[in-house]
Formats: sequence, C-alpha cells, structure tokens
Amino acid sequence: MSQLELFRKKRKTLGPMQDTEAALDSEACFKLKGSRVTMTILELYRYDYKSFNATLSSTVSSAPDFFQQTPVILSLEKCPGDNFIDFIELGELCREYGMIPVAVRGGSEEQILSANVAGLPSLPPASISARGPEPTEAKAGTTVEIREVEVEVPISANKVITTPVRSGQQIYAPGGDLVVLAPVSAGAEILADGNIHVYAPLRGRALAGVKGDDSARIFCQSLEAELISISGNYKVNEDLQGSLWKQAVKAELEGDQLIISPL
Amino acid sequence: MAEIIVVTSGKGGVGKTTTSAAIGTGLALKGHKTAIIDFDVGLRNLDLIMGCERRVVYDFVNVINGEANLNQALIKDKRVENLSILPASQTRDKDALTQEGVQKVLDELKKTYDYIICDSPAGIEKGAHMAMYFADRAVVVTNPEVSSVRDSDRILGILQSKTLRAEKGEAPIEEHLLLTRYSPDRVERGEMLSVKDVEEILSIPLLGVIPESKAVLSASNQGQPVIMDEESDAGQAYMDAVRRLMGEQVEHRFLNIAKKGLLSRMFGGR
Repeated sequence: MSQLELFRKKRKTLGPMQDTEAALDSEACFKLKGSRVTMTILELYRYDYKSFNATLSSTVSSAPDFFQQTPVILSLEKCPGDNFIDFIELGELCREYGMIPVAVRGGSEEQILSANVAGLPSLPPASISARGPEPTEAKAGTTVEIREVEVEVPISANKVITTPVRSGQQIYAPGGDLVVLAPVSAGAEILADGNIHVYAPLRGRALAGVKGDDSARIFCQSLEAELISISGNYKVNEDLQGSLWKQAVKAELEGDQLIISPL
Repeated sequence: MAEIIVVTSGKGGVGKTTTSAAIGTGLALKGHKTAIIDFDVGLRNLDLIMGCERRVVYDFVNVINGEANLNQALIKDKRVENLSILPASQTRDKDALTQEGVQKVLDELKKTYDYIICDSPAGIEKGAHMAMYFADRAVVVTNPEVSSVRDSDRILGILQSKTLRAEKGEAPIEEHLLLTRYSPDRVERGEMLSVKDVEEILSIPLLGVIPESKAVLSASNQGQPVIMDEESDAGQAYMDAVRRLMGEQVEHRFLNIAKKGLLSRMFGGR
C-alpha cells in the first residue's frame, strides 16, 4: 500500500513527464505502467451454449494454430442487455478452444455484474465509431465476429505471499488467486476472489471465491483452520476436526455442500 | 554501529522486563556499552528489577520534553561497567511518548552505545508501538501457553508492518524467540506447550529457553538481574541467549527434565 502511495505522491510532485527518471531513482521493487497491447476481441451478438459452441468450434477449426492460449476480450456492446450470459460456462468453453477471456467490454449492468462474479473485470465500451452493422442482420449460426483492437489489459491479479501471515493480519487477493508459501496463523484471515493455496499449515480463516465464484477451491498442506469458506458456504473449526485434520486437503463446492477431501 | 533491540511480547507478565534487564546486563558483561530504556510509562518497573529505583531523578519523558538532558537521566549501573538505565516516568501516560521525541533520544544514545535495549510495555498500543518502531532486532518473549503464543504471533505481524524498517521497505527486523518460564516436566505431562510446538506456530528462530526458576523471583526482589546469578539455571540460560544474540553457536540447555545430581539439587533454581 505504501509503495502505491509513494508512486502516487511522485506522480503528483513530478508530473507525468518525469515518471521514468523518478522510478529509476527510487528503490521501489516495482512500478505500475500503462501499456498498449493488441488484443483479440470476441464480439458477442447473443449467447446460448449450443450456438456459441458450434460457432466457436467452426471458427477455431479454420485456424487451429491461431488460438493457442490467446487472451481475448469479450465485447458485449452488440449483445442485447437482457441476454443472460453464464460467464463461467462461456469461459470454460473458450478455454477449451485455446482462448482465455480476460475482461468484458460494454454490456448491461447485470451482465457486467455476472462477469465480475466470474472473475472477469469490465472495461468501458469502445467509441461509437467502432460500431459495425447491427446485430439483427447477423445470420443464424454466426454469433461471433473476431476483430483485432488495441486495448489496455490488466496485469495478473494473483497474489503470492512468502512470509507468515500472523494473527490479526488480513490479506485479500481481489480478482485472482492467493498463494501463501508460509504458515497462516490462528487469528489471521486470508481471502481471494479465486482459489486459495497454502503450502504450509493453515490455522487461520480462509475464504475463497468471496465474490461468489462457486468454482473456487482451497488447497492447504495441513488443515488446522478456524474456518474455511467458498463463496459463502463455510465450515468452522469444529466441523473440520476429524480424519482430515492436519492433513493435506482440498476443499470445493458440490452444490451448496463444502466438500473436503485429501490431496 | 549501534543496534536497537526491542524486547516485546504482546501479553503482560511473561518476563519482558526480566529479559530486558538480563540481556542488557549480559551484553554489558560481555564488554558492550549498553543502555536499557523502560518504555512502560506509568508502570515503571525496570528500575526495581535493576535495583536502581532510589537513584531516579529524571526520566525518559523528561528527556523527550527537553526538561533534562540525556546524561542527567541515564543511571549508571553500579555493578556492571558499560551499563546504563533510562527509567520511565511513573506520573505520566504513554501519550507522552512522541515519535520525534523517541527518535531524538535513540539517535543520541546511538552515538555512544553499542546496544540499546527497549523494554516494551504489554499490549499493542502506543507504548509498545513506540518501543518497537525504530528497532533493528526484536526479542519476542513467549510463555509456553496458547494465549501468550497467540499474542506473540500478533506482535510479529505488527513488527513486520508498523515499524520504520517495514515502512521504508528496508530489511525486516530480525526476530528472535525467547521462551520463558519453561518447565520440561510439565511439558512431559502434557500441561504445557513444548518448544517444538511454539516454534512450529511462530516459525521464527529460537534464541533461548529460560527454565521456570525460583531464582528469577528472588533476583527481582533483590533488584539484581537474574543473569548475574551465575549458579542458577535461569541465569545460565540467559547468558547462553546473550551469546547467541551476539552470533555465537551455543547448544540449547534445560529443555529436558534434569537428572538431578547433588549439585543441581543444591544450586538448581527449581
């Protein structure tokens, strides 16, 4: 936090022109930069599992080598706002074909919210000039159109902690996974929008998928937790005592049930 | 280069002042110029443990407020050369400790002393915060008991986040675990956490284990740091800890139930 404040302060006092020199002078271990990257936009006209799958598979089969771990941005600007999109399902489909959705652009409030819940941040809509033909003209079966557009992409939201998390400390990884390589003490709390990994004893509270991601999981090397929770479904210490106590485990949701099993 | 060592714990009554007095005296006995500062403003104790309560004229808060200079307030120990004590004020509260004031005193001490021991008050409020803020190293005093261990864990978190070194992003404070009031036979009976248990929870290097000992109480009441009682197990354990603090490799003692010989029956503190 203090690094960020330092960064902001520097910006204020030096102005944008001297940013580079300022960063070189300081002993900060990182700095934040804006950068322009060419990204693939997946422009969605409407979404339903069947036709999306069909269009995606025919698009990818025409150029299978093109889609290898390709980050894409989902543009919802031409998608009707009342079209419910299951972003978790959509994301899994995309990944099956080598595309990795990293953000959404545009869309209705409900769509943006469900995208956020699935771990996809939202970007502001592109300018009006970028608009193409109306989606009503699209033929049945063609639900996507792929174009190259320049956008700013967020850096990875995952967080790695290497020092013990002590009683009274709280660590949150917004929008990503939290990896802890040291013990998490009783009285400490770790939270993530995504998964939580603890490669040491977990003695405090661990809450994964805090924004409602039901697919989030918790992994730990020794289960000694006060509480573990995935997307609001939790178990307290009392419920955790048993054959898996002090064992390496994973925790995941099956429906509303928090299931703990050995690793 | 002077080193500032804070003796802290979170929990009260675990032996911070006893440890400050012992370690400070031990460093001085080893020939290092050492000052011990009592940060427990309002609950002054260090002067009693050090046996200099009748010589207190000015105190730490007087120096901070500019009502006395440092040399007037520092009390030279009569038994050990190189050792001075800066007592706390009994009539004030912790708000009298300002960051600038504390820094000023420490900066001045650093010019002439090798080690500055800051005896922290219990708790995590201002007094404790001021005692640790400028520290280079920390001795975390813990009893083998769950609530003490939990509080030490909390203090370790604060040492990593709310100190000058943490704020400036410098090398973190060097942390040492000192386990006090350890009683091997109670560990054996399952009434007390073992060294291993505590080390596992706190995961910081072990500086020493001080056995539960009658010598500690009688030393306190006599106003003589227990480390000067060379016959006692606690005194010897503190001296081992001081040597480790200075970088020597010393094997840990008093971890197991002593097979009592005649000598240890006569001189042992238990």
